[in-house]
Amino acid sequence: MLLKGNRFFSTSDLVGFAILAVLIFVILPVGLDTFRLNLFGKYLTYAFVAIGLVLCWGAGGILSLGQGVFFGLGGYCMAMFLKLEASSPEATKIQSTPGIPDFMDWNQLTELPLWWEPFHSLTFSLFAVIVIPVVFAFIIGVAMFRRRVGGVYFAIITQAIAAILTILIIGQQGYTGGVNGITDLRTLKGWDIRTDDAKVLLYFVNGALLFVCLFIAQLIRKSKLGRILIAMRDQEDRVRFSGYDVANFKIFVFCAGAAFSAVGGAMFTLQVGFMSPSFVGIVPSIEMVIFCAVGGRLSIIGAVYGALLVNLAKTTFSELFPELWLLGLGAVFIAVVLAFPNGLAGLYKDHVEPRLLALFKKKMGDDGSAEDFDAIKTAAE
Amino acid sequence: MNARPDFLLSVENLTVSFDGFKAVDGLSFYVEPNECRVIIGPNGAGKTTVLDLICGRTKATEGKVEFKNQELLKMREDQIVHAGVGRKFQTPTVYEDLTVFENLEISYPKGHGVFGALMFRRDDPVKTRINEIAGEVFLDDLLHEKAAFLSHGQKQWLEIGMLLIQDPELLMLDEPVAGMSVAERKQTAELLNRIIQDRSGIVIEHDMKFVEDIATRVTVLHQGKVLSEGSMAHVQADPKVIEVYLGH
Amino acid sequence: MFADYTMGELGAIFAMQGFAGLILFSVFVLMALGLAIIFGQMGVINMAHGEFMILGANVTYLTSNLFANYIPSLFSIYFFLAMILAFFVTAALGMLVEWSLIRHLYKRPLDTLLATWGLSLILQQVYRSVFGAREVGVTIPEWMMGSLPLTDLIEIPINGIFVMVLAVGISTAVYIMMFRSSWGKQVRAVTQNRVMAGAVGINTERTDRLTFGIGCGVAGVAGSAFTMIGSTGPTAGQLYIVDTFLVVVFGGAASLLGTIASAFSISQAQSIMEFFLSGSMAKVLTLLTVVGILMLRPQGLFALKLRK
Repeated sequence: MLLKGNRFFSTSDLVGFAILAVLIFVILPVGLDTFRLNLFGKYLTYAFVAIGLVLCWGAGGILSLGQGVFFGLGGYCMAMFLKLEASSPEATKIQSTPGIPDFMDWNQLTELPLWWEPFHSLTFSLFAVIVIPVVFAFIIGVAMFRRRVGGVYFAIITQAIAAILTILIIGQQGYTGGVNGITDLRTLKGWDIRTDDAKVLLYFVNGALLFVCLFIAQLIRKSKLGRILIAMRDQEDRVRFSGYDVANFKIFVFCAGAAFSAVGGAMFTLQVGFMSPSFVGIVPSIEMVIFCAVGGRLSIIGAVYGALLVNLAKTTFSELFPELWLLGLGAVFIAVVLAFPNGLAGLYKDHVEPRLLALFKKKMGDDGSAEDFDAIKTAAE
Repeated sequence: MNARPDFLLSVENLTVSFDGFKAVDGLSFYVEPNECRVIIGPNGAGKTTVLDLICGRTKATEGKVEFKNQELLKMREDQIVHAGVGRKFQTPTVYEDLTVFENLEISYPKGHGVFGALMFRRDDPVKTRINEIAGEVFLDDLLHEKAAFLSHGQKQWLEIGMLLIQDPELLMLDEPVAGMSVAERKQTAELLNRIIQDRSGIVIEHDMKFVEDIATRVTVLHQGKVLSEGSMAHVQADPKVIEVYLGH
Repeated sequence: MFADYTMGELGAIFAMQGFAGLILFSVFVLMALGLAIIFGQMGVINMAHGEFMILGANVTYLTSNLFANYIPSLFSIYFFLAMILAFFVTAALGMLVEWSLIRHLYKRPLDTLLATWGLSLILQQVYRSVFGAREVGVTIPEWMMGSLPLTDLIEIPINGIFVMVLAVGISTAVYIMMFRSSWGKQVRAVTQNRVMAGAVGINTERTDRLTFGIGCGVAGVAGSAFTMIGSTGPTAGQLYIVDTFLVVVFGGAASLLGTIASAFSISQAQSIMEFFLSGSMAKVLTLLTVVGILMLRPQGLFALKLRK
């Protein structure tokens, strides 16, 4: 009675997933040219981060202002592999040291730094895309959550970490490409990622990965762990005295958020063709939080729409009225906090869903659908 | 002086100081198996702090707290819970966003690791146990209600239920009947008397009628120290206690 | 690396470097004081703190233009008036922000963070529209330019001394206000127990608004002082925000002495490391050390052990 049919997906979850799938896999690809589709693919890479934030912040109450770090690390790992492939000795023979990335040559490096070497291997790079950000998140998580640093302090420290990493990347331009980032990426194992066909295919790969992440996030939320996260957010002490080591749960969910962000970052690099510190620092990291907040900090599906809409608005507005964009974004921050704390998902739940359900109820007649209604309401949270 | 093994809990020379202010000062007391100890004392006597120290919420400055020959002061809160000490807070502390069922489920003593929680399945033994406990704390009709919608007294019961499902050997309750109606009080006293049967308890309470109902022994705290200890009648007759409560 | 210098030159380098560190220290103290009031005392995370400083700088810029164009005879002392104006203008904006935004969010600190970030974006755009996207520099009066020659080798810039004096003066004022006046007592009473403070007759709303306003006002004075040592652009506020928060958190949020001690240690560490390393690496190492120490000691340098 509580969980009708499937214990992981309520009816309204299934409807939400289905509508999103139709949008991503049918409507957008059919309705948009390759250029625009690629742009939406880029927006969707931010959705990975936003889903992670729903878990960390919406469910777990941990606000990280450093998700750009993990997005960036994932993206850089991918970019390093692609850059090495683009820097074959033949392609770079005009450099004073052929065979190393162009920015190293410009910075008078004469050989590839040792820590770049493993990124010749695609297997290693794909592995690194996930593992490096997760290990980094794990270290931060252990250090902070074991010592019960949370809330505001966690936000400020993660923000400082984002700032540190940005300064480091920009300062060490011989090793990282500096402020321009790693650019001019061409092929993946010989397959040209700049062609239209490749962009369409990458869009679908990105969409599929997004659904994998959504699915994992849904499983986490609907498991007991998901309920413990909510319990922890509201009454951390009570959870401790119910016999849980709270820190472990926070570390887990922070690492999961980092892994999602990293996949998004890697897909960003592949679809956009470069990675730079402007996706790592304070400003992008906090913008990622707003994607999540606009979508609704409690809804993973909402997070995807939030990422899509805010970025779409950003592109449109900053093309049409560049002066107004910052004002608009600032207003969105304030409005979402003051007036719509549950974002689009909250608006949907309060205004659209009851009407849909009423419609549904009318059609089905009265037999047993009252119970359906309850089940749906319970599971929709 | 070594703790005596026939005690379930021995607290010796327990002290905590907050920037020089000793909220609990060289406190010693012993709880026997199946004993219900009630701690009373004026406001600021350090009653809640004692419970906080035993369950690991506050770190002691010095002293020993031994529970079944394990030193609790070196353990984390969750380890203390698993050792068999349950704690109820002064204000009812339940997960408002979750249902009564889910509140109890979280306290169910299984799947407490990260992966255990991920893999946790709501199987029949779990459901049976939750239903059983919900019945015991008068909430069986409200299992699928969000805890936020419960009355104050019902939240207190839910929290007691959350402790019961852990089946602790030592139950620590901080003002379990505070803010309850007379009827609820009576019901709660019966409930506590029933659940305290096969375990030990430490209860903080102001309501003397209630204390008389449940206490095996009473400890009176004053300024972080034991002022008097013994049966209710003994304590009530103690001139030092009368002085603290009525004097000045 | 020292072999090329004589002992006297080395001494001079260290003295000047030390002095540069002291100026940086003053800058940090000025930045952090306002936040120590707002975040440390009130518990409000104001991500627009940097933008309030920029507002102070812009007010100073306007005042200097005004004096240069209309009353050039008094130009040498315009700065004092500019600072006072900067204080009141930013304090007024701060009170407006408290009334319209912050007061709804006292129970949701993380949401304050997002809302004030939105505010900072709006302010940045306003500055850009009004003052242009480029950095503006203030003409500083003649007496503040140049240096005091201490010995043949050691010279101390006068504007640096001025910033230091200002930092000392404002810290003292804030200290007296927060910890030695009855008003400071009210502020602390409100932050510790809002309901109780209200019950004993403190107007908590007014206290909140004034406290926030004064915190912002101090930020404005800091911004005003910064025009003496550098130029300001519309987005410069964002550069300060991480440093400022780290200084306050590192010092132990509720302790004014802690804020000053932490400003001192961070600024000295950074300026000493800058001598050996590139600027960006010095910054990275300093921030990493601070973050590392905060992970080991999350309550900061100076913190009370509190009864929960």
